[in-house]
Amino acid sequence: MENRGITFGYGFLTQESSFDVQFSLIEYDGSHSYFRAYLVGLLNTILVSVIGIIFATIIGVVVGIARLSSNYLIERTAAIYVEFFRNIPLLLQIFFWYFAALRALPLPEKAEPMFGVFFLTIKGFFIPAFIWNNLDIFIYSVIAAIIAIFFVRAYAKKRQENQGTQTPVLLISIGLLIILPLLSFLLGGVDASIEIPVIEQLSKTSFTFKGGLKLPPELISLALALSLYTATFIAECVRAGVQGVSKGQKEAAASIGLTPNQVLKLVVMPQALRIIIPPTTNQYLNLTKNSSLAAAIAYPDLVLVFAGTALMQTGRAIEIVSITMLTYLTLSITISIFMNWYNKKIAIKEK
Amino acid sequence: MNKLNFLSPDKNNLYAYLYSGISLFSFSILIVFLNSFFSLDLTSFLPGTISYFLPLIIGFIGLHLIRIEYSGIKFLDIINKNINTNNFNALLSLLIIFAVIKSLPPLLSWFIIDANFAGDSKDACSGSGACWAYIKTWFNRFMYGMYPNAEQWRINLSFIALAFLGGVGFFATEKFKKYLTLYYVVVYPVIAFLFIFFFISGGPIFFDFSYGIIAAVISIVIGFFIPSKFKMYYFLIIPITIYILLKYVFFYEELIELGKIQAFEWVETGAWGGLSLTFIVSFFCLIFCFPVGLFLSLGRRSDLPIIKYISIGFIEFWRGVPLITVLFMSSVMFPMFLPEDMFIDKLVRVIIAISLFEAAYVAEVIRGGLQALPRGQYDAAKSLGMGYWKMHIFVILPQALKLVIPGIANTFLALVKDTPLIFVVGLLEIVGMLNLAKTNPEWLGFAMEGYVFASIVFFIICYAMSKYSYNLEQKYKTER
Repeated sequence: MENRGITFGYGFLTQESSFDVQFSLIEYDGSHSYFRAYLVGLLNTILVSVIGIIFATIIGVVVGIARLSSNYLIERTAAIYVEFFRNIPLLLQIFFWYFAALRALPLPEKAEPMFGVFFLTIKGFFIPAFIWNNLDIFIYSVIAAIIAIFFVRAYAKKRQENQGTQTPVLLISIGLLIILPLLSFLLGGVDASIEIPVIEQLSKTSFTFKGGLKLPPELISLALALSLYTATFIAECVRAGVQGVSKGQKEAAASIGLTPNQVLKLVVMPQALRIIIPPTTNQYLNLTKNSSLAAAIAYPDLVLVFAGTALMQTGRAIEIVSITMLTYLTLSITISIFMNWYNKKIAIKEK
Repeated sequence: MNKLNFLSPDKNNLYAYLYSGISLFSFSILIVFLNSFFSLDLTSFLPGTISYFLPLIIGFIGLHLIRIEYSGIKFLDIINKNINTNNFNALLSLLIIFAVIKSLPPLLSWFIIDANFAGDSKDACSGSGACWAYIKTWFNRFMYGMYPNAEQWRINLSFIALAFLGGVGFFATEKFKKYLTLYYVVVYPVIAFLFIFFFISGGPIFFDFSYGIIAAVISIVIGFFIPSKFKMYYFLIIPITIYILLKYVFFYEELIELGKIQAFEWVETGAWGGLSLTFIVSFFCLIFCFPVGLFLSLGRRSDLPIIKYISIGFIEFWRGVPLITVLFMSSVMFPMFLPEDMFIDKLVRVIIAISLFEAAYVAEVIRGGLQALPRGQYDAAKSLGMGYWKMHIFVILPQALKLVIPGIANTFLALVKDTPLIFVVGLLEIVGMLNLAKTNPEWLGFAMEGYVFASIVFFIICYAMSKYSYNLEQKYKTER
């Protein structure tokens, strides 16, 4: 290394980065440091992963249950979806959505509004944004509601173990989640108004939308491809989990007089989740790691911003690649430690 | 005639319900069919929203009327059982049927009716459908990359020959069956490497590796005359001795001269590409990642703490980072640690990187199989006086590997699907070639056709692999 004139050190992180990133969640421009560029990339990675995980879970659970349906058509449709999207490389799917499907969208000036406020154009998806007053109080109220739900759940579990009576946890939880934030509107002085995107002419032929929130096409295609791809694997996990609960369990539960709803909630689901959760978490991890394919379509994630642009500018390959790898490593090891702990907690205690 | 109750159809008036139900159901399908294939709207006299939902409503009533349990008509029972068990299922079935009918005409017209098949320039594609002429013109590039056209028979020849040699296992007689593992693990990869080196890459006849092959052949021939007692040591020592003798004592100068003779034109790896590169990369990664993964999984379960923790660290490291950063590392970071005059071809670097990466996943899969075996198997093998290697080779691994066939197949599928990522180091396999073709100024605007083509190719490969693994799983399934 020495004879190639390469120096080693992390001092460059505080230097001015002098490159711009198209899309960032925190304030950033060329005058900020490389460390801030790293943060921008990391946040973008986390953003697309979280969006992908949410949608992949929803699609995956629906498709997984559809694959167990007694309806032949539904079962076949779900199976075709799974077989098709699972067997095509993710990179190809990302390219497909970005270069082929989303390029067929209309230009901003020709875009038809969906429900009057959403605009799906070739330049991105424009949605209305909220403008908040006292946002922090609203967030506190949501956090308070979540904490309260945990207490309610613990209480319900204790009550069931001691007295054998059921508490409608779901209803109470939804109620809490609605009422507490609503109270913050009425009492806490929280106020939200909606800003609708309006079309604006930049030059003779160039239009864009002003106001509202803009989701860039890179983010949409990446999130779409990631969630559709990962959903197939989650669907298989869900199917395996529900099938893994033996029929005798359901029959036994029904024979002691539980209603079908109770059978599902108290007997099938706890056992199925034990099978479903570990592989599903693995899929979440895979999704997070796969989000690094963003570099291929120029979505400014950690790999593109930091291991791409910053590396080109500083030429500090070793430091930057090692930081990038270490970040992903920390992310996955944290999740896998948590998973091992959780796995031990829910595993059947055997000799 | 009994009273008809349309809310709960029963068996008494079977045919009244059946005919009315089937006619309503067929009518709803007819409406949608005419609407989508001939853009004929039968219900245009109704207000917009009602006309839109009318087929659904009619079909729903029709399905409701024919939902008669134990009707005695076989066909009706099958329909009821499979798509029409209750209202919700009937609705979903209708939605799916309508969606299929609706989406058929645009798909058909794009794929076949309005598509252009003939021609060799962009002007040939004027219709609204797909431009398959684009795929036809670029087909060679999608398959072989930048490989010179005149030399492509070398790739074809090598692949056909390797496919035949790979199929030897199907024709082997009982006598040779026991050597098959040795053949596939040692001999076949070497042959494959030689094919790719000599034919596809056009390497010189003698190169450093040749000494090793000559040494191996000579030592195997001599090996037949050695008593079996010493064979283990013999095969460790003699090949290396012969190799050193050959290289530094006997033929040093002569072979260097010979090494300059080339049978074929040299094609550097940068020019390789397309589907053939996908196959080459997947093939070698498959071959390398399996043994590495096997040893890692054994290492992870070892009693020796050093081996155990090295294996754990290795596995967790590769599993924790995305493949794209591994490839980044192999392309920008790795060369910095090499001596200045040493150069490793980027294809080799990529193959090593992907193999190590996938080996970690293979290791975890195999570990699952090892853990699933009951302790009794280990104890029984030990009580027969088997050592560590004998126990694993003859008792544990055959059972464990049988259990994890689906998992290994999944990892291999993931590997094949990961190969497009080698665009990071500038190697263009089929997806990379598509992106290159897409930016060609003479062929702008055909991204869709390219991606659909590549999707179909990958789907065929991966689907065939998964079906094959399913067959293997069934073949080796044993009741426990």
